[in-house]
Amino acid sequence: MSKIFALAGVVIRELYRRKDFYVLFVLTALLTLAAGAVNFFHDDKIVRYVKDICLLLIWVSALVIAIVTTARQIPAEREARTIFPLLAKPVSRAQVIAGKFLGCWLASGVALVVFYFFFAVITGSKEHLWPWAVYLEAGWMQWAMLAIVIAMVLLGSIYFAAPSSTSTISLIVVVGILLLGTHLKVIALQQPEPLQSILTAAYFFMPHLEWYDLRDFVVYDMGRVPVRAVALATVYAAVWTWIFLLLAWLGFRRKNLTT
Amino acid sequence: MKVSPLSTLAVLLAVAFTLATSLALPAENWSGRAKSDNLFGMLFGDGRKLFANHFFTMADVYFHSGYYPSVFDQNAVAEKEIISTSHGKKESEEDEKNEDFLGRAKDWIDAFGRNFRITRHTHLEGHNEREILPWLRLAADLDPQKIETYTVGAFFLREHLDRPDQAEAFLREGLRNNPDSAEILFEIGRVYRESYHDLDRARNVWQLGIKKFLARPTDQQREDKLVLEELTVNLGRLEDEAGNYGPAIDWFERAQKVSPTPYALQDQIDTLRKKLNAAVPLTPSKLY
Repeated sequence: MSKIFALAGVVIRELYRRKDFYVLFVLTALLTLAAGAVNFFHDDKIVRYVKDICLLLIWVSALVIAIVTTARQIPAEREARTIFPLLAKPVSRAQVIAGKFLGCWLASGVALVVFYFFFAVITGSKEHLWPWAVYLEAGWMQWAMLAIVIAMVLLGSIYFAAPSSTSTISLIVVVGILLLGTHLKVIALQQPEPLQSILTAAYFFMPHLEWYDLRDFVVYDMGRVPVRAVALATVYAAVWTWIFLLLAWLGFRRKNLTT
Repeated sequence: MKVSPLSTLAVLLAVAFTLATSLALPAENWSGRAKSDNLFGMLFGDGRKLFANHFFTMADVYFHSGYYPSVFDQNAVAEKEIISTSHGKKESEEDEKNEDFLGRAKDWIDAFGRNFRITRHTHLEGHNEREILPWLRLAADLDPQKIETYTVGAFFLREHLDRPDQAEAFLREGLRNNPDSAEILFEIGRVYRESYHDLDRARNVWQLGIKKFLARPTDQQREDKLVLEELTVNLGRLEDEAGNYGPAIDWFERAQKVSPTPYALQDQIDTLRKKLNAAVPLTPSKLY
C-alpha cells in the first residue's frame, strides 16, 4: 500500500508543479467575477446565474484537469523510460495502475476543494447563505464521477497511441454521456433495428455519469438529494471504477513497454 | 540589389497606413455588422437571434427552477410559461398535467436517475422571480427586435418585484428598438395605470397602441388580435374607472369583435349601460 501512496504522491506533486490547474482556476475565477460584477436592473440580489456559470466552469475545469493529467501518466513514463526503474523497485504493474489512479483522483479532489471553496465564497458573499451540506454533497458526487472518468482514461491510455488522442476521445465520450445519458433510451426507441437494440444495450451498459451532476440542486436551491441515493450512486461509481481499473491492469499486464 | 530589412519594414508600414486611410470608409459598407450599434450584433451578426432565443428559454427554465423538458422529451413546450403568465393566464389542472413531461419511469436506471434530477413543477415566487432577469437582459441585447423579451421582463419587474421604474425604462428601450410595437405600448400603459395610477397617460399610450396596431397589414392584425383585445378591454376598464361610461361601452363593443369570449364582455357592457342610465337624470334637477 505504501508503494501505491508513494506513486500517488508523485502525481499530486506533478499537479501543482504544472500550470494546468492554475490557468483553469484563474480563468474560472476571472469569468465568475466578471459575471458577478454585472448589474442587471440595479438589483444586487440576483445570484443564480453566477452560480450557474461558476459551476459550469468548475465542471469543465475539473474534467479537463482529470482527463489531461491521467492521459499522460503512463505514456510519459514510457516515453521518458522511467517506467523501467519504477518496475524494478520492485513495484508491480497493478501497483503502478493503482498508484496512478489514486494520485490523479486525489489531485482532482484537491482541485475540487479549491474550486468549491471559491464558489462558496463568491456566492455566499452575494446571497449571504452557505449551505455547506449541499455543496459537500455536490462536490462528493462530482468527485465520485471523476473516479470513473479517471479509471476510464487510464484504460484508454493503455490502448491509445498518444495522450492527445486519449484525452480527446475520453472528453467526447464523457461529454456525450453527460448530455445524452438520460435520453439515450428515448432516442433508441425512435431508431430502426438493429440500431435500437445497440443503443438500448449501450444505455444499460454505460456508466451513467449524468447522475453525478447535482448543479441544478445547488443553482435552484432545491436542497439535498437523499443520502441513500448518494450512497448507492457512490457504490455504482466504485463498481465502474473497479471495472475500468481491472481492464486497464489486464491491458497493462501484457503490454510490451519497449515499443 | 541589397535592401535593408528596416527600410523594407518602413515601406510596408507606409503602404499599410496609406491603404488603411483609403479603405476605411468603403470597408464600413462592406458588411452590415459594422453598422450595428450593438456589440453582440457586431460579433454574431444575425446568428445572435439564435442565442437570444436560447437565453429567453433559459429565463423560462429558471422560472421553473430547472424542471423543464429537453428536446428529447415528448412534451415540447408550446408556449413559454413566462409569456402566458405575463398575459395574466392562470394555470389549470389540465395545464399542470400536460407539463408533467417525465411521466412514469421507463426502467430502473430512469427511476434511480430521478433522484438526481429536479422532478417537481414549481414556479419562482417571493421576489425570486428576479433570477430570470439576467437572461431576459441578455436576450434583449442579442435580439432587440424580440418584443416578448421586453413585455415579459417589464411584467415581472412591475408585478412581482415592485420595480415600475425599471419596467418602464426597459419598455422604453424596447420602444426605441421597435417604435411600431403595440404590445410594448400596451405594457407601458399598464405601468402607468396599474403602478402609477395615471389614467390620462395610460389612455394616451393605449390609444397610440391601437393606432399602431391598425397600421399593420390585415393578415398581421388577424394573427396579433390578442393585443387589440387587451388594449380595447383595458381601455374600457380605464374609462369605466374614470366614470366615462359611454366611451367604456364603445371600447368593450370593439373588444367583442376580436375577443374569443364576447359573451363575457356583454355582461360588463350591460352593467355599464345601467350605470350610464343611472348617471343621466331623466328630469332636470332643481338648481336651488
